[in-house]
Amino acid sequence: MPSWAPLAALVVVVGLIVLHLAVRSTRTWVWKVLTGLGSLMLVALVYFGLFWAPPEAFMSDVGRIIYVHVPFVWMCMLAFTVNVGAALAYLFKKSWRTDALAESSAEVGVFFGATGVLMGSIWARPTWGVWWDWDPRLISTTVMLLVYVGYLAFRSFTEDPERRAAWSAAAAILGYVSLPITWFSVQWWNSLHQRQSGSGTMDKPIRVVYFWGAVSFLTFLFVFIVKRYEIARARQTGALELPPLEAPKGQVTT
Amino acid sequence: MSVGPRVPLLKAAWLVLLKDWQIEWRTRARLTALIFFALSTLLLFSFAMGPDTDALRRHAPGYLWLALFFASVLSLGESFRIESENQALLGLILNPVEPRAIFLGKVFGNASLLFGLSLLLLPVAVALYDIELSKAPGSLLLVLLLGSIGISAPGIVYSAISANARARDVMLPLLLFPVLVPLLLASVNATRFCLGPDAQNQLPSWLKLLTAFDLIYLSVGFLLFPKVAEED
Repeated sequence: MPSWAPLAALVVVVGLIVLHLAVRSTRTWVWKVLTGLGSLMLVALVYFGLFWAPPEAFMSDVGRIIYVHVPFVWMCMLAFTVNVGAALAYLFKKSWRTDALAESSAEVGVFFGATGVLMGSIWARPTWGVWWDWDPRLISTTVMLLVYVGYLAFRSFTEDPERRAAWSAAAAILGYVSLPITWFSVQWWNSLHQRQSGSGTMDKPIRVVYFWGAVSFLTFLFVFIVKRYEIARARQTGALELPPLEAPKGQVTT
Repeated sequence: MSVGPRVPLLKAAWLVLLKDWQIEWRTRARLTALIFFALSTLLLFSFAMGPDTDALRRHAPGYLWLALFFASVLSLGESFRIESENQALLGLILNPVEPRAIFLGKVFGNASLLFGLSLLLLPVAVALYDIELSKAPGSLLLVLLLGSIGISAPGIVYSAISANARARDVMLPLLLFPVLVPLLLASVNATRFCLGPDAQNQLPSWLKLLTAFDLIYLSVGFLLFPKVAEED
């Protein structure tokens, strides 16, 4: 795989995402293109990750899980950042759209995060000899997941849609604020986890496949959030007696 | 909403705090429940661990803080129960009391309750776990105080939002405990270094973390609480 491939793919994917967000009429087909593109990229990732890239220096073939494990956790963090952005937007200006976006990004983020942690656990067994370790990265990611599982549970336990929207936005912000503090506090424990991999510590072919994996899962992250958002919006419009949110000058936000 | 003279923020917060203290003192229901709940938690930990004095002493800071954490769920859950009856919170806001003043009053009311509880638990911990309090009593008090504020600052916001949710008794710990993980780490470690040897002088850095946690959550809660109270 040429070293410019991940960047080129990223440009195409981000271009399509921007097109979807900017031009309303493209929303019927862009997600289909992205799904097809993502599936093709995934097939390529299987080939390049399993056969083309050289085995990892210390872990040999076991190290190949990095092409999915790390991108999944990245996508999870990205989704949670979208979630807190939507929560902030809701608190500044009430809108059912940002509420739906917050709900969908949190749910998709929990899926990516839980799968990522599960794969990390599978990876830890042959390399560290244990399924679980008291390592900063592991604990912080798990705490992050717990924060958002609590968030989703809270959403499903609050019936009044307006209260749910405002309160879960507050819960999302409080939860997101805790993530860097958690990361920092558990860092003070000794770490067994390898240093973060980057361009310095990774061989070129491995790095290229690694970023290719990240771009492939970015397409899926986007499609999942879009589809989940549409479900949330459909539920909102389907809900009877959805109260109009208070808006200035008699406008009703929908 | 500005009917009548506006009460300054801190004074209003102080009045809310006094009001809660007064209710607390007249019923004494929450206080008694808290004390016995925390005491039985401490006892249960020692039963669960068995009569190994060394292990108990070593883990005493963890037990102490877990007992406080569990008790805090009771105390925070009760904080808005008084206000949820007869729409008393709305009445308070219309009085007019700024929601931010309610936040500050409630946080420090809860923190004072938890701090008092922790002071009561210390002699019990000495008896049950054979710990030494005389090594750094000043720092220990500071850790207990900062920890109580740290539990209450995010806790009050969560308590306000979960007070009206279904299954609110499950919701509060589910939302609160993950956020309190850094606080638990910092307060348990700081307490450990207050009670035992601190060869590498690690206490100041954990104290700094505790202070930072308190300040961050006090300010985030201060900003968010009006938005939360609006929906009540």
